Amino acid sequence: MILSTPLTKEKLINLKAGDLVYLSGTIYTMRDQAHKKIIALINKNQPLPFDIENSVIYYVGPTPTKPGEIIGSCGPTSSYRMDSFIEPLLQLGLSATIGKGERSLKVIELLKKHKTVHFSAVGGVAAYLNQFVIDSELVAFKELQSESIKKLIVKNFPLFVTYDIYGNDIFKK
Amino acid sequence: MKKIKRADLIESIKNLCKEANYYLDKNILKKIEELKEKEDKAISLEVLKQIEENALIAEKKNLPLCQDTGTVVVFLEIGNILIDFNIEEAINKGVSLAYNENYFRKSIVNHPLERTNTLDNTPAIIHTKFTNTNCLKIKLALKGGGSENMSKIKMLTPTAGYEQVKNFVLAVVKEAGGKACPPFIIGVGIGGNFEKSALLAKESLLRDIKDSSEIAIDKKLETELFAEINKLNIGPMGFGGQTTALAVKVNSYPCHIASFPVAVNIQCHCARHKEIIL
Ligand code: SF4
Repeated sequence: MILSTPLTKEKLINLKAGDLVYLSGTIYTMRDQAHKKIIALINKNQPLPFDIENSVIYYVGPTPTKPGEIIGSCGPTSSYRMDSFIEPLLQLGLSATIGKGERSLKVIELLKKHKTVHFSAVGGVAAYLNQFVIDSELVAFKELQSESIKKLIVKNFPLFVTYDIYGNDIFKK
Repeated sequence: MKKIKRADLIESIKNLCKEANYYLDKNILKKIEELKEKEDKAISLEVLKQIEENALIAEKKNLPLCQDTGTVVVFLEIGNILIDFNIEEAINKGVSLAYNENYFRKSIVNHPLERTNTLDNTPAIIHTKFTNTNCLKIKLALKGGGSENMSKIKMLTPTAGYEQVKNFVLAVVKEAGGKACPPFIIGVGIGGNFEKSALLAKESLLRDIKDSSEIAIDKKLETELFAEINKLNIGPMGFGGQTTALAVKVNSYPCHIASFPVAVNIQCHCARHKEIIL
């Protein structure tokens, strides 16, 4: 299945846990420390470095980009570590997250409630996934090195629907 | 007595880091190929296919196999040789050069609470052992955070038996599930004391993926755990299927009459270790 951003909520209706989809468009990288900072900004009512509404967040800390390249190796990191940060982002209209591995029951419920999808990319295939990133740009928190927020443009990025908006779960076999 | 040159050691560490990041062990790929035959779930097969493809691209484009280029873990087996320099400093020099020159990710922070990045992926974690040889053997592993985070130690009671060890290992693997990037290599350390068991588990992961323990009961554990883990239906990335473990390795050591430590170190499919003899 082919999908493109912005992932407006209508586009999520037909996705089912277990589907393999190919995503094209804009996604934002964000992992542990950047989440901590973003949540602090939200709590202080301060402006955010990008618009969360209808956006897709990719839990990743890529390797540094070699000169002349677009990005380094860029596979997903474990999603569960971002569980405690997700609710305020869902309230701002986040469309989807991308990571790897199981999330808490609470997050599965929250995803269902906010009609948000969670995807998995395959962990440990970071050189393979590099091919599907066609542009990359620093957005915020340069000091966090690999954990900075970057805006990526992806083309046919392979993802597995992990938790759909109906509460289905790829890990429940 | 053979004298090791500092420059040679630095160069070796640099090369081992590079090779480990770019080249997946051919025997791991063979094992994946073999297990693919038995896997019938489409999405799980797709994961295995991506793992194979990844190894080809990493090698061809000199891109790290995984973005988590790991903590560098070094096992030194020191024979009857002369080392007249600070060996830990030299190893860290090699790591620093490798990670900066090759654009590997720097994943080490200075203190678990302060968390300032050291900017060159040092310090490495270095273990030493003395052997009665005339050389220096360096075994180097890059250990990612995802699978390391799901590893566990338990102090069983001395009257616990074989089944309890198995149950603990199975429980740890179940809990790791899709988070630690299966298919796994499971390293089990039994005996020793608290820290020794963890070390045994870590070191077992550096064994050849194809070998079995020479100790009969450890080998039996390896075989049975391998079969049982692959029945857990965790599968590649947790998507279900029969390919959950690529191998199980058990290393053991004598222990105290009151103790029975068991450590389980989980290794993701991206098992990166290389060795060299100087
Ligand atoms: S667990 Fe292994 S394969 Fe997965 S992201 Fe970490 S280092 Fe890479």
